[in-house]
Amino acid sequence: MEIKKKLLRSSKETRQDKLGKSISYLSIGFIILLVSLILYFIISKGLSTFTQNNVNIWDFLTKQDWSPSSIGKDGKPEVGALPMIITSFGVTILSAILATPFAIAIGIYMSVIAPKKGRKFLQIIIEMLVGIPSVVYGFLGLTIIVPMNRHLFGGTGFGILSATLVLFVMVLPTITSLTVDSLNAVPKYLSDASLALGATRWQTIYKVILRAATPGILTAIIFGMARAFGEALAVQMVIGNATLMPKNLITPASTLTSQLTTGIGNTVMGTLGNNALWSLALVLLLMSLVFNIIVKMIGKRGSIK
Amino acid sequence: MLNVKKFVSIISIMIISGLVLTACGSNTSKSKITAVGSTALQPLVEETANEYQQNNDNISITVQGGGSGTGLSQLQSKAVTIGNSDVFAENQNGIDAKKMIDHKVAVIGMAPVVNKAVGVKNLSMKQLSDIFTGKVTNWKQVGGKDQQIKVINRVKGSGTRKTFEADVLKGKSAIKSQEQDSNGTVKKIVSSTPGAISYLAFSFMDDNTLQPISIDNVKPNDKNVEDNSWKIWSYEHMYTNKNIDKSTKAFIDYINSKEVQNNLVKKLGYISIHNMKVTKDANNQIVK
Repeated sequence: MEIKKKLLRSSKETRQDKLGKSISYLSIGFIILLVSLILYFIISKGLSTFTQNNVNIWDFLTKQDWSPSSIGKDGKPEVGALPMIITSFGVTILSAILATPFAIAIGIYMSVIAPKKGRKFLQIIIEMLVGIPSVVYGFLGLTIIVPMNRHLFGGTGFGILSATLVLFVMVLPTITSLTVDSLNAVPKYLSDASLALGATRWQTIYKVILRAATPGILTAIIFGMARAFGEALAVQMVIGNATLMPKNLITPASTLTSQLTTGIGNTVMGTLGNNALWSLALVLLLMSLVFNIIVKMIGKRGSIK
Repeated sequence: MLNVKKFVSIISIMIISGLVLTACGSNTSKSKITAVGSTALQPLVEETANEYQQNNDNISITVQGGGSGTGLSQLQSKAVTIGNSDVFAENQNGIDAKKMIDHKVAVIGMAPVVNKAVGVKNLSMKQLSDIFTGKVTNWKQVGGKDQQIKVINRVKGSGTRKTFEADVLKGKSAIKSQEQDSNGTVKKIVSSTPGAISYLAFSFMDDNTLQPISIDNVKPNDKNVEDNSWKIWSYEHMYTNKNIDKSTKAFIDYINSKEVQNNLVKKLGYISIHNMKVTKDANNQIVK
């Protein structure tokens, strides 16, 4: 009897196993709940501009006048988000274009040219850049980049150019570290074969390694863009926050995020002014979804076989 | 695989444990006051709260910023005890002012400021309004240098901007331009950008980095605000719900006491509510 009981009882290890399992299920459940609540909240709030306040969704996406808290000339509040959408894409794409060559150069140096020495040193620098809070970048931008642009180009110095330069520094580490990973993932036999055929190191890097790592590098760029698109504080400090259609790079403009951070404290839940900001947040959410889908697509189609 | 039943039970566990945890958090014998809202009023409430708590052990006061809109809407949803605001609740979209009590605790004066190099020290109210509505675009049109005017506005809906627009633009809308959300940033920009104009609370004009503008030859100072010869000023409000509890009342009374009004209020750059010779109502009408 004793033995049977002992054998049938679950052992300490089994119980540990169960406990571990339930803790991880609990955490997963919590995260899923949290994510779905966030999604529900943003979507329902963001859509209420169109369902409750009867703003035309087409007007929201194409009109250029933004002042949802007050009544415009035609007796309706002006809820045109196009300037912010364009500016957000503008700073995102420009900063990615600016950062990518640097990221690839650093990546090649770290993974092919000087893997040992370069890697250690540059790794520290990149990790440091990641660790600096965005408000510090914004402050540096405000005290260095904005006055610099003011001297070089006139105007106030605030604008897309300043925002691009600040974002450049902020997305560089993201793009670089992912690029390094993808360059390191290129199988060694590919470059060995290339060298054995008589190609120079540069030819090998350019024609073989970079070619093989292209999908990974593209993913890195998209991740960098997602970071730039969502950055709020640093951009808000240097872009000037004027809800104007950007005509050039050195006049004040406003991104979706900068409009959100400056406006949210001055509006009341449930009013159009507040709902319109949630709609901007919804656009941000949808865009980050698009970025994710693009990354998935690149990953699926471009993997090396 | 995680089946649906398991999933549902997991989520219900989460919710229940969440409820239990929040229930544990409250219940201390200290009475709590939470004041949220206007960043312009925040320093005063914070300093006063510190003083007040030193003399009253049984009260704990939390002061947060977030903006006037946040303060009022949090109060409306009864999430906080006091909503700090730079504007009358009547003038904030989506707020039912009838359900709140207005406690005016200080007055704040604001003045236009320009970059020192533009060479203008005085403007008429009309000129000032023309600058902010975009009719005047060069400083030489108002007696300054030949230099383009760069308008730095405050964020739409902020208390400072509402006050300025009510007192200066009188219903006209400002040109679209840069918007900044803090006094500190505005000060920094105006002092370093050629041709810039903006407006600031008096307490931010104490040093010589920028040029305050007189309007119709009236200087921006506390004395001129007190008798309304300087027109651009607003109250700092602490709103509470109708059924205000004793400790909150006592705290607000303390802020309005002579002791605080004559010391802290002045020290922090506000104007004492007791010194005002006129009153303004929510429609911006002056009553003597």
